[in-house]
Amino acid sequence: MTKKIKNLNLNFGPQHPAAHGVLRLILELDGEVVEKADPHIGLLHRGTEKLIENKTYMQAVPYFDRLDYVAPMNQEHAFALATEKVLKIDVPIRAQYIRVIFCEIGRILSHILNVTTQALDVGALTPSLWGFEERETLMTFYERASGSRLHANYFRAGGVHQDLPQGLEEDIAKFCETFPKIINDLESLLTDNRIFKQRNVDIGVVTKEDALDYSFSGVMIRGSGVPWDLRKSQPYDGYEKLEFKIPIGKNGDCYDRYLCRIEEMKESVSIIKQCLSKMEKGPIKSSDGKISPPSKKEIKQSMEALIHHFKLFTEGYRVPKDEIYTAVEAPKGEFGVYLISDGSNKPYKCKIRAPGFSHLQSMDYLIKGHMLADVPAVLGSLDIVFGEVDR
Amino acid sequence: MQTLIDLEKKINSELTTKINKTEIKHNQIYIETDKDDLIDVILFLKTNSDTKFRQLIDITVIDYPENSQRFEVVYLFLSHEFNQRLILKYSIAENEIIPSVTSIFPSANWMEREVFDMYGVSFKDHPDLRRILTDYGFEGHPLRKDFPLTGHTEVRYSEDQKKVISEPVKLEQNYRNFDYESPWEGTKYIKEELDNNDKKN
Repeated sequence: MTKKIKNLNLNFGPQHPAAHGVLRLILELDGEVVEKADPHIGLLHRGTEKLIENKTYMQAVPYFDRLDYVAPMNQEHAFALATEKVLKIDVPIRAQYIRVIFCEIGRILSHILNVTTQALDVGALTPSLWGFEERETLMTFYERASGSRLHANYFRAGGVHQDLPQGLEEDIAKFCETFPKIINDLESLLTDNRIFKQRNVDIGVVTKEDALDYSFSGVMIRGSGVPWDLRKSQPYDGYEKLEFKIPIGKNGDCYDRYLCRIEEMKESVSIIKQCLSKMEKGPIKSSDGKISPPSKKEIKQSMEALIHHFKLFTEGYRVPKDEIYTAVEAPKGEFGVYLISDGSNKPYKCKIRAPGFSHLQSMDYLIKGHMLADVPAVLGSLDIVFGEVDR
Repeated sequence: MQTLIDLEKKINSELTTKINKTEIKHNQIYIETDKDDLIDVILFLKTNSDTKFRQLIDITVIDYPENSQRFEVVYLFLSHEFNQRLILKYSIAENEIIPSVTSIFPSANWMEREVFDMYGVSFKDHPDLRRILTDYGFEGHPLRKDFPLTGHTEVRYSEDQKKVISEPVKLEQNYRNFDYESPWEGTKYIKEELDNNDKKN
């Protein structure tokens, strides 16, 4: 005698600790096996693109911090690069190094969060406690440079907002010495951990072909064995002068992606060290008074500087009519800005290409046939942050 | 295929009738085509061994309300093999239905849903054309230029009905658009003189 059993529909989220934010995932379950996953996103949609169309170029920068709020400055970088290319201005060497340092700090911030919360999702509590201590240190670096732990508003077109305060370079160098030990500690907890491996090895396997078809980027594509990193292939802001390796995975499963992230953190530390040793004193923003604001001292002494200051913070600068797509290698993948300028002081359109958006849409393909308990593991290794998925 | 110029030549010779315009700018190639040729062009770009644009980066629309062909649909492609980027564009009128590329690139699914949600452009043969980013039951298309920044409705929790309700937006103060853009361009003769001095030196 056979009995027909109806599939069970399960709501995963929007308030679920393993959903990494406000994701509503509707799962169709046959027993414990997932038949279909339908992610409902947009619960954190704030209309960033619409807002940017109504703000000047300088006022648009803070919106980028609020996308992937785990690594804010990497997002600003894409926008700054896009405006600089259209304005055809150069960035001083020191500013480039400062940007690279803070982008790599952002990468470490994001990868620590991802690796440790993924461990949390599959049952290990300790890594997140250890990891978050380091994130706190890194966020103080953000604070000392920009005045704010998260919403930095630091990378402006033409350079960075202000120079690093005294002593910060030394402290970052000190951090680079102590941090590798923390990575080793994390690895000793996870890499050979039986439970961690059971939950991650051969889970959520992505083939090379599918990684391309589903528009994957960043660790998601490298984990499947495609050696692709925008810092190497389309270098920006002096990445071509630095030496670093691109770790790639072999099997394309959650475990390989975890290993890639760990290796990338080590590479980031080495990049920061190189930058610190190569960095020299010098200007930190473009000398063009029509684009970068004058210093406080100048405003007090020069009429022209005062006028520039006033015009910049009311009218902003005008960007010639153009269209451009610029992408950076953000911690989560290719983060791009497609900017249409019309010659006024506001962008006509600013489309934001967030890596998490295309990663999350493959959820159905990744999870089909897996057990319910694998959902958090796969979701964790996708590295989703809803700020950027929902925009 | 090495340089963008080679690529431009290749595309122009292979797809002569289907391409309206090509241009190289910012180290990227910009191509304009027609709605009817879209699928052919994309299939060629994806499969040809000299182009290999294997990845669709994004799909978006630019809204020009004053044009008769109101929307410009934009596809961004990336070729890992040749390390090149390509931007494909075509214009359509409002209410025109365009072909979906989900059968060629599965990742187009959500991108097209987003375009549908934000601009109200419909896709033919899309497997699941629903709204994606806006709220359940939302009306209008927020990224159109004629959609107000404040939106049409706002939500609040109603103590009487014990649920979240949406009502028309009520602003204490009208939305003010501070247009600081000044028509004053500065004096031209000084600029010219400076340029001349630069040339002399």
